[in-house]
Amino acid sequence: MRRQPLVGALSRATGRERYSARETATAAAFMAPSLLLFTVWIFYPLGRSVYLSLHGNDLFGRPARFVGGAQFQELFASPSLREAIVRTAAFTVLTVVPGLVLGTLIALALQAPIRGIGVFRTLLATPFAFSVATASVIFQIFFNPGVGVFNAILGLIHLHPVGWLTNPATALPSVALASVWLQLGYNVLVLSAGLQGIPAEIYEAARLDGARGLTMARRITLPMLTPTLFFLLVVSTVVAIQSFGQIHILTRGGPAGATTTLVYSLYLNAFAFGSTNYGLASAQALVLFAIVVVVTALQFGFLERRVFYR
Amino acid sequence: MTAVGLRATAAYAGLAALAFVMLFPLLYAVSGSLMTTQEISTYPPAFLPLHPRLDNFRDVLHALPLPRQFLNSLIVAACVTAGQLVTSVLSAYAFAFLRMPFRNFVFGVFLATMMVPWEAILIPNYLTIADNHLINTYPALILPFLAAGFGTFLLRQFFLTFPRDLYEAAQVDGLGHLRFLWLILVPLSRPALAALAIWSFLSAWNQFLWPLLVVSQDQMDTLQIGISRLQDVEAATAPNFILAGTVLALIPTLLLIYFGQRHIVRGLTAGALKG
Repeated sequence: MRRQPLVGALSRATGRERYSARETATAAAFMAPSLLLFTVWIFYPLGRSVYLSLHGNDLFGRPARFVGGAQFQELFASPSLREAIVRTAAFTVLTVVPGLVLGTLIALALQAPIRGIGVFRTLLATPFAFSVATASVIFQIFFNPGVGVFNAILGLIHLHPVGWLTNPATALPSVALASVWLQLGYNVLVLSAGLQGIPAEIYEAARLDGARGLTMARRITLPMLTPTLFFLLVVSTVVAIQSFGQIHILTRGGPAGATTTLVYSLYLNAFAFGSTNYGLASAQALVLFAIVVVVTALQFGFLERRVFYR
Repeated sequence: MTAVGLRATAAYAGLAALAFVMLFPLLYAVSGSLMTTQEISTYPPAFLPLHPRLDNFRDVLHALPLPRQFLNSLIVAACVTAGQLVTSVLSAYAFAFLRMPFRNFVFGVFLATMMVPWEAILIPNYLTIADNHLINTYPALILPFLAAGFGTFLLRQFFLTFPRDLYEAAQVDGLGHLRFLWLILVPLSRPALAALAIWSFLSAWNQFLWPLLVVSQDQMDTLQIGISRLQDVEAATAPNFILAGTVLALIPTLLLIYFGQRHIVRGLTAGALKG
């Protein structure tokens, strides 16, 4: 469309822009496929989740009668929801914090000024090629209490074997261990890119001012890396809260519910062992949605101000 | 040896040790897939096969329809990737170049779709699939993922780096929107499209929860589900056998990671390095 600077400025000043009907129609047509798919697979399901959560269901999971907030009352009254949320929070901390710390250390090591560093960078991103299924299947073999690699390593340094996945106390950290490894390839890729994005002149200027080693890391590298770290924190928190595959493959939520996070509990209520309690599970789904929104909002509210954007 | 040479050697040694630890699950999987059942079940565990053999690969292909499941995953991931490319290119074009009322609001709606955890809308989507008799079909695995807020966001950011004159010149020349998109914009956007394609393919290929729900036949399972079912087929008695299946499943994504890393990083960091 031709630009009409004067008219455009005037209409913007009055808060009213003039649009071409044809251009608007074209834009709408181009957005239509995505919007249609979002409506069918995201917005309508969100509404239907609310509907399902407000209804009791028959044996086949079909909504039978309006029960108002009864599902939520049942959910909040039983200790199982609180326990599932606590487990989810513990699992999230146990995966996100080591993932970020180890990822940063590895990415820093990959800044070494040596030839062939690109090969190491590629190799250390390897876990990113693993799906949750392939990683979990391999770690399950590692966790085997009798002939698994992890207990063999403990044996080498004369420590007692651990019932990694069979002991309620160690099951959640063990699942988290596998998840950290799985997430680490992605973290290393992103953090390496972040480190490489820091301009050399900044280091140069700091060096001229006498900054060395740790001072350099604390005053230059880390602040410049905060946008990347913040992005990873938000993304990996959401990923951790939604974890399902590793729990399903490694523990099925056990032993004694020790790894039944909110998502796994939802799955058990809605789909496992012929269970079709869609109403209760939908209430859980909405709690999950609320948690993701609140946690992300809190991260943006409290942490983003500490992020150093150039 | 000079101090510099010493430091470089130490760096190589440190990085090699680090790489060994990080790659250990992969190395062990490859090594274990070549062992006999007896060998892999000894204590203390063996780390290298005494007599490497490929029988496990043959056996695992007989136990489950893995080639069929491989094909299923390929079909699903290819369709999802193609679909996301088309829908994202179209909507990103509208957001980047076309003016319409409420454009920013609608863009916010697109971004909001990224905030909805798939698990939160799982049940209604499962019911949609079940009500339309799509259980155990390809459409069940493909349809929900044909549009992506992330893809639209990524491509819009890329399109916005082009000078607006490019678009206006095309308008003056009377080039239609679709022709401008296809003849000019798409060829110029190859890096961003490659990044999105790899991202879409990987996320579709690696899906777990959704295929677990909407497929109940071995023949329609995706590879990821097939791999996770290996433990039920032979129980934990034959890790060598399970590892053989896992190694087969890893080949395509390993190739993608090792040879497409340049593009991946560009896609992954699209959100991180802005601002």
